Amino acid sequence: MTTITQDTNTAAWAGLHGGAWRDEINVRDFIQANYAPYTGDGSFLAGATERTTALWTRLGELFPIERERGIYDVDVHTPAGITAHAPGYIDREHELIVGLQTDAPLRRAIMPNSGWRLVAAGLAAYGIEPDPEIAKIFTRYRKTHNDGVFDAYTPQILAARKAGIITGLPDAYGRGRIIGDYRRVALYGVDRLIEAKREERAELDERWADEATIRLREELAEQVRALGELKEMAASYGFDVSKPAGSAREAIQWLYFGYLAAVKEQNGAAMSLGRASTFLDVYLERDLAAGTLDESGAQELVDDFVIKLRIVRFLRTPEYDELFSGDPTWVTEAIGGLGSDGRPLVTRTSFRFLQTLYNLGPAPEPNLTVLWSPRLPRGFKDFCAKVSIDTSAIQYESDDLMRPKTGDDTAIACCVSAMAVGKQMQFFGARVNLAKALLYAVNGGRDEMTGALVAPGLVPITSEYLEYGELDAAFDTALDWLAETYVHALNVIHYMHDKYAYERLEMALHDRDVERTLACGIAGLAVAADSLSAVKHARVRVIRDASGLAVDYETTGEYPVYGNNDGRADMIAVALVDRFMAKIQRYPAYRSARHTQSVLTITSNVVYGHKTGNTPDGRRSGTPFSPGANPMNGRDTHGLVAAALSVAKIPYDRAEDGISLTATVTPGGLGREPGERVGNLAGILDGYFASGGFHMNVNVLNRATLEDAMEHPENYPQLTIRVSGYAVNFVRLTREQQLDVLSRTFHEAP
Amino acid sequence: MSIEATATATRPAGVPVSGAVHSWDVSTGVDGPGTRFVVFTQGCPLRCLYCHNPETWKMRDGRRVDSTEMIAQAAQYVPFIAASGGGATVSGGEPLLQPAFTGALLRGFQDLGLHTALDTSGYLGDRADKDLLAATDLVLLDIKSWDRALYKRLTSVELHPTLVFARRLAELSIPVHLRFVLVPGLTDEAANVDGVARFAASLGNVERVDVLPFHKLAAGKYRTLGIPFPLADTPTPTGPQVAQTCARFAAAGLAVF
Repeated sequence: MTTITQDTNTAAWAGLHGGAWRDEINVRDFIQANYAPYTGDGSFLAGATERTTALWTRLGELFPIERERGIYDVDVHTPAGITAHAPGYIDREHELIVGLQTDAPLRRAIMPNSGWRLVAAGLAAYGIEPDPEIAKIFTRYRKTHNDGVFDAYTPQILAARKAGIITGLPDAYGRGRIIGDYRRVALYGVDRLIEAKREERAELDERWADEATIRLREELAEQVRALGELKEMAASYGFDVSKPAGSAREAIQWLYFGYLAAVKEQNGAAMSLGRASTFLDVYLERDLAAGTLDESGAQELVDDFVIKLRIVRFLRTPEYDELFSGDPTWVTEAIGGLGSDGRPLVTRTSFRFLQTLYNLGPAPEPNLTVLWSPRLPRGFKDFCAKVSIDTSAIQYESDDLMRPKTGDDTAIACCVSAMAVGKQMQFFGARVNLAKALLYAVNGGRDEMTGALVAPGLVPITSEYLEYGELDAAFDTALDWLAETYVHALNVIHYMHDKYAYERLEMALHDRDVERTLACGIAGLAVAADSLSAVKHARVRVIRDASGLAVDYETTGEYPVYGNNDGRADMIAVALVDRFMAKIQRYPAYRSARHTQSVLTITSNVVYGHKTGNTPDGRRSGTPFSPGANPMNGRDTHGLVAAALSVAKIPYDRAEDGISLTATVTPGGLGREPGERVGNLAGILDGYFASGGFHMNVNVLNRATLEDAMEHPENYPQLTIRVSGYAVNFVRLTREQQLDVLSRTFHEAP
Repeated sequence: MSIEATATATRPAGVPVSGAVHSWDVSTGVDGPGTRFVVFTQGCPLRCLYCHNPETWKMRDGRRVDSTEMIAQAAQYVPFIAASGGGATVSGGEPLLQPAFTGALLRGFQDLGLHTALDTSGYLGDRADKDLLAATDLVLLDIKSWDRALYKRLTSVELHPTLVFARRLAELSIPVHLRFVLVPGLTDEAANVDGVARFAASLGNVERVDVLPFHKLAAGKYRTLGIPFPLADTPTPTGPQVAQTCARFAAAGLAVF
């Protein structure tokens, strides 16, 4: 048995270098031993072939129907699973890489393990009746994650959730943000992975049967079962993935089957791809060198793969869409970066992935994420900047901040969360509303919108004018309550998710002993910081209603605001991040996870704003927050760089799950002619990341374009903009989200 | 040379000089090459018909600050600008209306290791002393018209001082980026454009010419200030008009953008 494996491997691994990766599951070692850094520019790239264009056009005919109906189609009869659906094709004769989530393109699957309520509400939103038999199974015979969570929530958590001070929790949808190392499927073949899992399991058989060990044994058994199903699913498409991939086309196909199995089974909030491009480059370059592939053929394979990644779909509820607008799936692919030996991890295939934005036109998915360092090769930096200017579809994250912590095989879960691929996973925790917490501090835990008591035990402030010391102390107590309630809720959620909706395939593509983080998050940072600054530097009078509830604030005098590189305001934001981090760390996390937090809202800044009353910074009740760590819309008056440097002050050490900045600049704001704009944008990215910035979404857009797209969406089917850690089709945002985007600061030439 | 300008020569660098500023920001690709820290001084002796910053006309409307405060502000951006490429620019208003302040800023920026640019109409060029120009790596110079009568009509002042200043910069080999605002029906005549182009080409230090199409984005500011916008009914130039003007500058052997 072992001998046969060796022989097949010898053929598949011909011409590959290095040793350690042959003896153990170690994709990073394989990449380091075999990849060829590319330091040139994008002139070698090939355009789309006729085949690619025809396939994409054929698919493109379905998108307007999907946009109009909300979903194109759904299979209500088949609960999802790796082998649940028969093979599906877009155009079988002309596809190079095959595999769909269900038996037809854009037909969504139901994934009831996360919660029947999610499925029922998702179907109801589109006027579709559920299958009564399936409904019966998941309401009578099979308990779901969602049921489990609500069995264990406390009344306090329910109250906090209802008030919107803790929101977006993955208690009714899949938590996602787990990145299987899908490359392992291509490099090793599934049989070898099963063998490794069996070895990991055998070790556990020696351990005493405590709860953790029993759980892990069961999980490993599930993982092996899922790997078996992966082989079965691939076989239904006519491929044997038990052995390693022998060509570039096979490598992409194997890797994709791994990913496909994950998205067939899990409706995760974010289903990242990982860090595939430079890994795949080894295979592509080997075939190119052997003459079995030319550049056009290499690009065609990447294009075909990306077409598949663009049509990953999940059935979601209107409430979910309100939080995370535009039907995102976060198929995040990390591109570029440097190795720990200083060599750039940029290859020709890094370029090929970005080139898909030209060959297929701009699109939000996959979520192409460049790991930036000022030390990247010039040719690559300029190419990225050019693609950003042309498509607004790329985000950038600091390779220099992440590499020391998560290594040089880091990928991004969702938007901004760094993970060592295959070695680390996170318990996604959405976020809490810091601005509302500040209002709770004033109101002694009563909600400013409803008057209901949500946070017990807090003492209201009764003075007419807010005094900074008093407010700060009350805020501190409110944050204690918030952190405790929050971590408590997350522990419940992730216990139940592991129990009822375990990601067996994704975890099968991890090492057994993964590092787990509890990924907490905060929203409303700019509102809270500016409000505190107003109290500290100006005079803030409280306006109370007849019941004594503070419902508005009258601020007189000038005060510094966050987002202008002014330390007086920025350091309030920094201190707030640091303080909340310290508070969540005090409450032990499920499965001994390490606490982290993000300053990221995705598009939930709108919903959070909705649920939050008037704030002392002058923001009116219901007005959206700024996204992520952005300054409040319109308050960053000294230009993009000053705003970016304010954000860059937030220490990554205290927000290791990521700090998001979304920047919108008009083309003229980057220079007068296209050539200089490329260099200037690359320069801004160098400057920002050299100054300690962590993440930047870059939109290069005119306001007029967006206004026109609102009026004539049919003319802009592919208009893509970055919102907060991901990209969306602008025309698929709700009208309110579109207005929010328009209200943001556009940095333009005077 | 004015009394104030003479005084700057004897003032050591780092001593605060008070000035009136409108604002500062950090911008990219518009106030000189790369990403730059830009101080907009307050006050301008010109009243250009197409001015898009009428709020900077009167010096008394500005905020009084010390040069050292602006230099300290710029210092915060040095690491960024060192990585991004760029520098610092003193713009306005008309910076040479306050030569001591402007000189102190440019020297301070230069001491920070920043590439420096002065954005000026050149009308008050004789107020720029030797020290100020020694601290200036680049001048962004507006020549708004070659036709003298038109220049006067456009700006309310004479063209001659600007040309004198331009020649002085050429003698000192200080690079110039020349700006020319294209206003249909006013500055777009072939003879007018060619005059500016020939003069610029004769200098030898004009590295690039920016043809800036007239726009009306400032109309709202005029409304707010209660000042009539003289060019409210003037059309903005078409793409071909801009291209034609660029071609005229290019024909004189200049790099045009």
